[in-house]
Amino acid sequence: MSIFAYAPAPESRAVVDIAPSYGLFIDGEFRPAAEDKVFPTHSPATEERLSEVAHAGAADVDAAVRAARTAFGPWSALPGAERAKYLFRIARLIQERSRELAVLESLDNGKPIRESRDTDLPQAAAHFFYYAGWADKLRYAGFGPDPRPVGVAGQVIPWNFPLLMLAWKVAPALATGNTVVLKPAETTPLSALFFADICRQAGLPRGVVNILTGDGSTGAELVAHPGIDKVAFTGSTEVGRAIARTVAGTHKRLTLELGGKAANIVFDDAPIDQAVEGIVNGIFFNQGHVCCAGSRLLVQESIQEELLDALKRRMETLRVGDPLDKNTDIGAINSAEQLARIRELAAAGEAEGAGRWQPASCELPSQGYWFAPTLFTEVQQSHRIAREEIFGPVLSVLTFRTPEEAVAKANNTPYGLSAGIWTEKGSRILSVADKLRAGVVWANTFNKFDPASPFGGYKESGFGREGGRHGLEAYLNV
Amino acid sequence: MPPTAPAALADVTASDAALRRHLHGLPGVDTVGLEARAATLGTRSIKTTAKAEAIDLAISMIDLTTLEGADTPGKVRSLCAKGARPEPSDPSAPQVAAICVYPDMVNIAKEALAGTPLKVASVATAFPAGRAALPVKLADTRDAVAAGADEVDMVIDRGAFLSGRYLKVFEEITAVREAAGPAHLKVILENGELSTYDNIRRASWLAMLAGADFIKTSTGKVSVNATLPNTLLMLEAVRDFRAATGRQIGVKPAGGIRTTKDAIKYLVLVNETAGPDWLSPDWFRLGASSLLNDLLMQRQKLATGRYSGPDYVTVD
Repeated sequence: MSIFAYAPAPESRAVVDIAPSYGLFIDGEFRPAAEDKVFPTHSPATEERLSEVAHAGAADVDAAVRAARTAFGPWSALPGAERAKYLFRIARLIQERSRELAVLESLDNGKPIRESRDTDLPQAAAHFFYYAGWADKLRYAGFGPDPRPVGVAGQVIPWNFPLLMLAWKVAPALATGNTVVLKPAETTPLSALFFADICRQAGLPRGVVNILTGDGSTGAELVAHPGIDKVAFTGSTEVGRAIARTVAGTHKRLTLELGGKAANIVFDDAPIDQAVEGIVNGIFFNQGHVCCAGSRLLVQESIQEELLDALKRRMETLRVGDPLDKNTDIGAINSAEQLARIRELAAAGEAEGAGRWQPASCELPSQGYWFAPTLFTEVQQSHRIAREEIFGPVLSVLTFRTPEEAVAKANNTPYGLSAGIWTEKGSRILSVADKLRAGVVWANTFNKFDPASPFGGYKESGFGREGGRHGLEAYLNV
Repeated sequence: MPPTAPAALADVTASDAALRRHLHGLPGVDTVGLEARAATLGTRSIKTTAKAEAIDLAISMIDLTTLEGADTPGKVRSLCAKGARPEPSDPSAPQVAAICVYPDMVNIAKEALAGTPLKVASVATAFPAGRAALPVKLADTRDAVAAGADEVDMVIDRGAFLSGRYLKVFEEITAVREAAGPAHLKVILENGELSTYDNIRRASWLAMLAGADFIKTSTGKVSVNATLPNTLLMLEAVRDFRAATGRQIGVKPAGGIRTTKDAIKYLVLVNETAGPDWLSPDWFRLGASSLLNDLLMQRQKLATGRYSGPDYVTVD
């Protein structure tokens, strides 16, 4: 790339003003944690300390749930059209502040600005717009003539799409008349706190949205609190299991959106160039920190060589580095802990006999948490890297000979969140999609999202659906 | 002159049926995916030093073009002067690659460019419709070459292509290839009339098999000319063709490329699709008439920090 090396094109940090410390957002105002505990949040790309946030304990969880309970009465009594006004206002504020929020998200999470700017922010706003539209039409949603809200929702979200997951959770809850206590992930709390400010800016009544920062113990307190009527969780299968145990036998309703090990199936008549793009987008989007990432490539044996050559050539052009550079394709791994897990599983892949390949052109920054985009060939179903969720930029390549074998291998996983099919033959798309046990099946594309499209899993990928009309159900007594 | 069909693919042009099998056996193109990829590459942010390099590279790749019924020798001479010295006040500005004119203007251009390294390109073969008998097209080509054209831009018979007579198109290109003699042959696919991306990929391969030195998006005379997706597709085709045969073919998007921003997007496509090997006027050209002035204004802006305005570049 010597002839045409792209000069650095960093997005300005000046558009976002990060305070040195943040409190908890309870009952419409920021306040310190009852026990005055705090913890720092860092930029994973530089390990620079960005701010410190309050660590919510049991007393704070209780205060937040009480505030949400108090707000629930008047909020749920509002006509749907009135609630919609607030949601529309929030959606517009997200759009107006999208540049600021995109930079913030890239700083705190490590994801490339290109993705936070072009995916996270437009999608987050779209979710609020979409559910604003439902708020006054709930009786036409197919859940009876007068569906009622559930009450107070306790929501725990992950670090991979902090603001977008917040939107997925908060928008349908508010549209249906519930109030919310939300806990963002420990490593990415900032955009939720900026969202709290947006709620104030939108004039949202006190207590309707409460944000508690903290770690897993805060989440556990929230989930176990008796004042919660509904728990919504997105994150790891392991934590999901613990939550299910806590909630079992109570009156609480539960939806879980957990891990995945999606198969991306490429048949020999696929549009090769676009399939390569889809594979890259499927596994390297957001550094592979995507629960529906296409982490298992199932390629028909007859085109294996051609496809892998094309894929490697394409991977050589991926630009890894500063998340705020507008030309960066792959940013930083979110935390040291996650990086260690990716390294451990990649080492296991090598030990089990799979062939590890990384682009020669890839130079990683010396500071921060980084992992080069990685391809494993000759992976077998029995390898750990074909079974366990890596949650990083690591693709395992397996092969198949017939459509039946492709379906059998694709379904042979404890997970079932998403899958992809690449073929020019429409009838094959329909017949294979029908046999795949996955919540979302993409055909000739991957990682496409829309607020109107329900999302959720089978098996260890969880239960319940978010997005679309189906996403309303979890927040309504139907 | 290069061999018409590379040895590795010699038998695919043996008959209409074999050619059809080959062209229809190429991987399909998914419209949504192709357009999404082109749009993503279009968001690359090319700044400061990279932008300065890109502007000069783009200038050096221009086929500065006038293809009007109203062209006069005076108009052509003035365009030649502009191409040879785009920036009167700054000799460090590169020259364009070629001046592209109708065949009857080739001798004028040739004379005006004597002593410069600029090439003269001529559109021949009953440009732009291509609706003439083969002997007429060949005569048109020989005329242009006899007048001194270094490069011939031919149009394919879209009617024959769309009705599936691939071998006819193939034979016509090989005939023109022969008539063009030493001149470089650029084959214009007229993507806007081929209408589907699958057709554009097939036409690209057909032209390359028939001995094209360059494949070119369009005549600039129809409503859809060069676009990022169709150029991306053609770059994929030349990349794959080199991998299959060892022969490198150039690409020329033409028509509708007017701004520096657009030109840079094309360079990004080249860089990230075919690869840096194509980033030279030998392998990539921009067919344009008004693009040069915008590039020059942006060049001045980078040099001085201020926008100058249209009176600080020449009107030709």
